[in-house]
Amino acid sequence: MTALAALIRRDIRIALRVGGGALIGVLFFLTVTVLMPFAVGPDLALLTRLGPAILWLGALLASLLTLDRLFTADHEDGSLDLIVMSRMPLELACAAKALAHWLAAGLPLIIATPALGLLLNLDAASTSAVALTLLAGTPALTFTGMIGAALAVTLHRGGLLLAVLVLPLSVPVLIFGVAASQAAITGPLSFGTPFSILCALSLVSFVIGPFAAAASLRHGLD
Amino acid sequence: MQLLGRSICCVRGGREVFSGLDFEAASGQALAVTGPNGSGKTSLLRLIAGLLVPSAGSIDLKGGGTELTLPEQSHYLGHRDALKPALSVRENLSFWRDFLGGDAGDGEQTLAQIGLGHAAHLPAAYLSAGQRRRLSIGRLLAVRRPVWLLDEPTSALDAGGQDLFAGLMRDHLGSGGIIIAATHAPLGIETRELRMGGAT
Amino acid sequence: MTLIDLANPTKFLSLTARVLPWLAGATAILLLIGCYQSAMAPDDYQQGATVKIMFIHVPNAWLSMFVWGVMSLAALGTLVWRHPLADVAAKAAAPIGAAFTFLALVTGSLWGRPMWGTYWEWDARLTSVLILFLMYLGLIALWRAVDDPSRAARAAAILTLVGAINLPIIKFSVDWWNTLHQPASVMRLGGPSLDRAFLIPLLVMAVAFSLLFVTLHLAAMRNEILRRRVRALQMMQASQQAA
Repeated sequence: MTALAALIRRDIRIALRVGGGALIGVLFFLTVTVLMPFAVGPDLALLTRLGPAILWLGALLASLLTLDRLFTADHEDGSLDLIVMSRMPLELACAAKALAHWLAAGLPLIIATPALGLLLNLDAASTSAVALTLLAGTPALTFTGMIGAALAVTLHRGGLLLAVLVLPLSVPVLIFGVAASQAAITGPLSFGTPFSILCALSLVSFVIGPFAAAASLRHGLD
Repeated sequence: MQLLGRSICCVRGGREVFSGLDFEAASGQALAVTGPNGSGKTSLLRLIAGLLVPSAGSIDLKGGGTELTLPEQSHYLGHRDALKPALSVRENLSFWRDFLGGDAGDGEQTLAQIGLGHAAHLPAAYLSAGQRRRLSIGRLLAVRRPVWLLDEPTSALDAGGQDLFAGLMRDHLGSGGIIIAATHAPLGIETRELRMGGAT
Repeated sequence: MTLIDLANPTKFLSLTARVLPWLAGATAILLLIGCYQSAMAPDDYQQGATVKIMFIHVPNAWLSMFVWGVMSLAALGTLVWRHPLADVAAKAAAPIGAAFTFLALVTGSLWGRPMWGTYWEWDARLTSVLILFLMYLGLIALWRAVDDPSRAARAAAILTLVGAINLPIIKFSVDWWNTLHQPASVMRLGGPSLDRAFLIPLLVMAVAFSLLFVTLHLAAMRNEILRRRVRALQMMQASQQAA
């Protein structure tokens, strides 16, 4: 248990210190959201309608972009070797790293959502609906994105390749995330149905993500 | 306790690095793996550490009376020092102590032992190459494990550091540990030599 | 960092130590006068009391651009003369500029609430300021991302100058984009028609906020110099052998 806590604490600390990428994710989220009105026009009614979709796309891109270094940084400095050798199951270590990443990079996105909702003319109820769906859905993004991050170690490259690998996997999360927030804002669908599926997707990813990531790390080391 | 390797064959990237390799090392013994570049010294260490899988042969740790696997009882000191520049010297060491678990030593005492007591609160980014190596060595002391796998451990160390490390290795062997070290330079301790790449 | 590099900043430190209290005092007095005059200014016949937000909003908006100008000068100092104080000036200015820009955005949005009925309208002015804010944040992120201050300084200097060239282009294109979508701007402000009753408090506040910037900037530069000295000392300490 101390080993698990130590790993989570270390990753959060690194993310928050100089050179860490936690806050850059929020900045990216902000920038992508601000760019949207320039493309679709400043019509407030239209922005209100598109708001949840824009926020979800922004959060999706921001959380995947910061995932890039999840394992490669540890691989480059040799930490990954020691993590693989340790007494902690690699699956658990992967889950701990993903959790730390979500706490340091995913949670700030959700906290930033209300400010961005203001820019997109969403009212308080809609903004909180989007924030709630992000809270339920972004863990799924992190835990499936982790698989791509682990593959990036094997392939010795990340960046765009990671995005190409992982973005198709995140389609279901995007569908149900946006559907749930739209349902809360406009109806007529009930909020509960897509939201439950979203939660289910997150729970499934908690299981699949660490196992797939650990397997690809084991095969990828050389 | 005895570390036994029998007819190990290592293939990497379609190329056979070595085959039919036998070695053994008992408690209190150090094995120096020597040989030219590319003869598979690092590969052998990584095979023992469980980071590579042998294509034939077996590596076993006999005795010791635990259910832990060989990698879980080994320390691996590779070329890369597994340090995070953003964390302080103390944080780096205490992370590995907590993460690797086992019998936790006293962190401050370990830092003093490796000559970094004065820099404990500084970011690891400020350390020189030799100091980084010392800090990695501190990991071996912070958590007790019977098997030490060392890849060029004395590179980047100055004369004082090499003497210090020789002393630490002697202590480790004295308490029944096993050392397998890939090296070009003499380690300053009594070793048996395992010569690689002689045949081809 | 060598001792020669520190010689100049040392003079800077002792000079600013003497000047800063006076500057801070002058800033406080001017701010008090400005606030008093703003409070006494008459209400606008259309906007009512909300017009008084202008006395905070306009100085902040003016400083948000002025600070980028200061950073551009410092960037030239970094790239052309490689003066260590220029690095420090540029780095210290960025968070202060971001804070002024943020205040301009917040006050603008508070002002917009009674005008537009929403906190945010994609108005050309506000949108340009928002882009400026994003650029400040990006610059701060760049400073934070590089560990070695002198390398970070050169990268940040290039970005600052590129930003300075780009800002008018951004402003122009945002104006164009905005008029494309909505013909008349909702908010018109300033201009020569501004009444004397508003103009004088506005000028006093503008001077007061500019002085506030100078005070904060000098203090932040002092902190940055001291921070670099601590870093240099720590690196010296790290390279010492344990006795």
